[in-house]
Amino acid sequence: MNRNTVLAAFAAGAIFGLGLVISGMANPAKVLGFLDIAGNWDPTLAFVMGGAILVAFPAFQWGTRRAKPMFAEKWSLPDRSDIDARLLAGAALFGIGWGIAGFCPGPALAAIGIVPIEALIFAASMIAGALAYRFTLGR
Amino acid sequence: MENFTPVSGLIGGMLIGASAALFLMLNGRIAGISGILGGALEQGSADGAWRYAFLAGLVAAPAAWAAFIPVTVEIEASAPLLIAAGLLVGFGTRLGSGCTSGHGVCGISRLSFRSIAATATFMAFGFLTVFVMRHVIGG
Repeated sequence: MNRNTVLAAFAAGAIFGLGLVISGMANPAKVLGFLDIAGNWDPTLAFVMGGAILVAFPAFQWGTRRAKPMFAEKWSLPDRSDIDARLLAGAALFGIGWGIAGFCPGPALAAIGIVPIEALIFAASMIAGALAYRFTLGR
Repeated sequence: MENFTPVSGLIGGMLIGASAALFLMLNGRIAGISGILGGALEQGSADGAWRYAFLAGLVAAPAAWAAFIPVTVEIEASAPLLIAAGLLVGFGTRLGSGCTSGHGVCGISRLSFRSIAATATFMAFGFLTVFVMRHVIGG
C-alpha cells in the first residue's frame, strides 16, 4: 500500500515536471512575458492553466465521489472555505516574488536539472522562506 | 506576440492536469508543490516518503527530457533578485497555503472560493510587479 503511494507520487511528479517543461512554464522569461500585459504580451500561460483545469476538473468534480482513492484509505483534501488575511497576504507576497523572477515553486524545481545554478539559488531561498514562515507566523 | 505558443502550452498544461488528476485518484491528495515541499521540510512527518518521491520525479523527469530535447530556460533576474524572489515565494506560499498548482490548478478545479481568491490575488500582484519592474523602474 505504502509502496504504491510512493510510486504514484513519483509518477505524478514526473508527469507534472514534463508538463511544466513542454508548456514553457519552466521558462521564467515566458512566465514574465505572460505577466507583462503592458509589454509584448504572450498569452501562452492562459492556455497552460486552461489545459490543466480542463483535465483536472472532471477528476475533482466527479472522481472524488468514489468512497476512497485507489491507494489510500481516505481523501486528504482541504476543508477550509474561509478567506482570511493570511491567505490574501501570503498570495500577495507570493505574487510579488513570482513577478520578480518568473519562478513559482514547481517550475523552479523542474529547472534544477536544466539551469542548476540559478534554479538552486532560487530553490534554496524558497526553502529558507518556507522555514522562516514555519519558525515565525507558522509556529 | 511572436512568442505565443498555444499548442505546446495546451499540451503541457493537459499533462499538468493529468498529473493532478492521477495524484488525486490514486493517493487522494492535492498536487500542490509548495504544500508537498513544505510538508517534506517539516521534521517528524510520518508520511514523508511520498513527498520526496513526488519532488524527485518533478526534478528528474525534466532533467531527463532536456538531455534529449532542447529546452529553453531564460532567467533575466540577477542572483540578489533570485534570492529575494525565492524568499518571498517560499514565505508567501506557506502563509497563503498554496501556489500556482495547489490554489491555481487544483483549487479552481475544486471550485474552492478560497483558492480562487488566492489565485486572483497572486495573479494581480504578479501583473503589478512586472509592470512596476519593467515599465516604471525599468522604463
